[in-house]
Amino acid sequence: MADTNTAKMDVHPTEVEGVVREPLVLNNRSLGWITDRICGIVENRQPFIWWVLFVPAVALFSCLLFTLVYLVSTGVGVWGNNQPVAWGWAIVNFVFWIGIGHAGTLISAILFLTRQKWRTSVNRASEAMTLIAVMCAGIYPGFHVGRFWMVWFLAPIPNANAIWQNFKSPLLWDVFAVSTYFTISVIFWYIGLIPDLATLRDRAKKKVPKFLYGFFALGWRGGNRHWRHYEMAYLLLAALSTPLVLSVHSVVSFDFATSIVPGWHTTIFPPYFVAGAVFGGFAMVLTLMLPVRKLYGLEDMITHKHVDNMTKIILLTGTIVGYAYIMELFISYYGANKYETDAFHIRILSGPYTWAYYCMFFCNVISPQIFWFKWARSNLWVVFIVVNFVNIGMWFERFVIIPTSIARDFLPGQWGYYSPSWVEKLMFLGTFGMFMMLFLLFIRFLPVIAASEVKGVLPESDPHYPEWKKLREKRRRSES
Amino acid sequence: MSDSSVSSKNLFGYVAEFANATDLYHAAEKVRDGGFNRWDVHTPYPVHGMDHAMGLGKSWLSAFVLCGGVAGFSIALFMQLFTQISLYPTIVQDKPTNLFTMPAFFPVTFELTILLSGFATLFGLLGLMMLPRWNHPLFNSSLFQKFSDDGFIMVIEARDPKFKRERTREFLEEIGASKIEEVAY
Repeated sequence: MADTNTAKMDVHPTEVEGVVREPLVLNNRSLGWITDRICGIVENRQPFIWWVLFVPAVALFSCLLFTLVYLVSTGVGVWGNNQPVAWGWAIVNFVFWIGIGHAGTLISAILFLTRQKWRTSVNRASEAMTLIAVMCAGIYPGFHVGRFWMVWFLAPIPNANAIWQNFKSPLLWDVFAVSTYFTISVIFWYIGLIPDLATLRDRAKKKVPKFLYGFFALGWRGGNRHWRHYEMAYLLLAALSTPLVLSVHSVVSFDFATSIVPGWHTTIFPPYFVAGAVFGGFAMVLTLMLPVRKLYGLEDMITHKHVDNMTKIILLTGTIVGYAYIMELFISYYGANKYETDAFHIRILSGPYTWAYYCMFFCNVISPQIFWFKWARSNLWVVFIVVNFVNIGMWFERFVIIPTSIARDFLPGQWGYYSPSWVEKLMFLGTFGMFMMLFLLFIRFLPVIAASEVKGVLPESDPHYPEWKKLREKRRRSES
Repeated sequence: MSDSSVSSKNLFGYVAEFANATDLYHAAEKVRDGGFNRWDVHTPYPVHGMDHAMGLGKSWLSAFVLCGGVAGFSIALFMQLFTQISLYPTIVQDKPTNLFTMPAFFPVTFELTILLSGFATLFGLLGLMMLPRWNHPLFNSSLFQKFSDDGFIMVIEARDPKFKRERTREFLEEIGASKIEEVAY
């Protein structure tokens, strides 16, 4: 043990002998180049395609606003859900968006704790994606309560009726889990932004941007007496967010798992949901980042290595999800509960939604298996197509879980076929508009890559780098 | 900010630029050994090992966070036990309304523990950094502004008891500063 340690002392961690480790930033870019490239996105005019995407996004977002106004003024009956399918697209979309919102905190927290330095160039954008996805998600349960103006009843505050919430209900746990997740993600994201906002402040020429960036940078001076608290805060938040990110989708899965509906009442749900969320979240990160890196010339910072790592995570979590699908089927057979067996029989063989099941299975389990091959991981077109399959598949997963289980409830007299109304469809498209719109605004106004963190992972950023370099050269000379 | 325009009365201190992280690191070790107190290094990213080079200890932010976590844990448990057992017991799904219903309270307890720890981290951090702060004498220096791009800056304040106008300047030159500027209040 001691030998390996001393042997490692004379090589820099990024250049361990025998291990060819790709640099995280290609082409030996300098600190100034990183600043210019990242801040340039905010300071220069946006490319034409930004507008091409932004205008339809705003149009779709207005559709969302319209459907919400229509929903509130008419009643929640404008949605297609009814007994027994009381949880239709609304909850499908809620779980879909909240799942997407998992990759950001995973990248920023779990990969931080495990010292995965490649996270630095993708964490900012994925955290932003997380926040936006959670906002999109929050719309659905908020309006699903029926009377939106009564939503404050979810909060445990003393009221005139002296009524208190039922803290034993998973739905209330969900309120706490999702709102905590959102708040902590905002804090994490904002603390990470402070040094970069200071960079934008110092570079800003015009008065209004300088004022706004200066206001939000809080007077950051980058002193080491600040950095040491800052780094501790970042570490602590990562440590707090790691169990949090695992808990949120577990709690979401409790909404289903603690019920007695066949097809929902399974103990495998929490880990299965968490793996699915990470899977779908990484797919969405890649869906967004592949065009962004191309469009803004960020290939030196978001390299093929980053894409490769993320596709490997997609392969791993996709396979876990596939295992969960098969294990669900096995347990329903092995458990010999006839309602459970029937629910899955309906789901995969005889029911009206079998097409959705096979669509989900193909997109989530089969399509990512192509990532076993290196050529597939390094061909960005293949990656882009597969991650979009995953996006579709993860939506179908929630669809398969929710309507197919309750459309065939305990009373056969109630059985029916649930299909969404135009309001639900337009709302779903509307949340995509909102997602795109907010993400494009994020690119426009905030640094899309955490510049201060990327600067820190350059080999030259280590104050001991020259000493290591000298030692290495000396050793090479003595060897030859 | 030319040297002559700053009188010793309104001198905030010296801003010195170093070529790279390595130079700054070794300079910081010398300033630390020189016994200065009111000084800092300003870098675009947290330089690994700089705490040691400056002779700084571990940040005590974790103590704030522990308090936040304990507060969140206790508030959540109190809120749930008090409302569910004595104030407004809800009998649903044949679940008990006494202490045996504890497991159902774990998720909210966990979430509130994390939530208040998170708030403690944010506000503890701002408190320890004494931020937000609208202005600072250092912002008068154009050399200082490079810290947020690619500059490695050291600042020695005039308030430091060891600070001597001429001597400190020579000292900064000795330890390898490539550019030195005086900053006024």
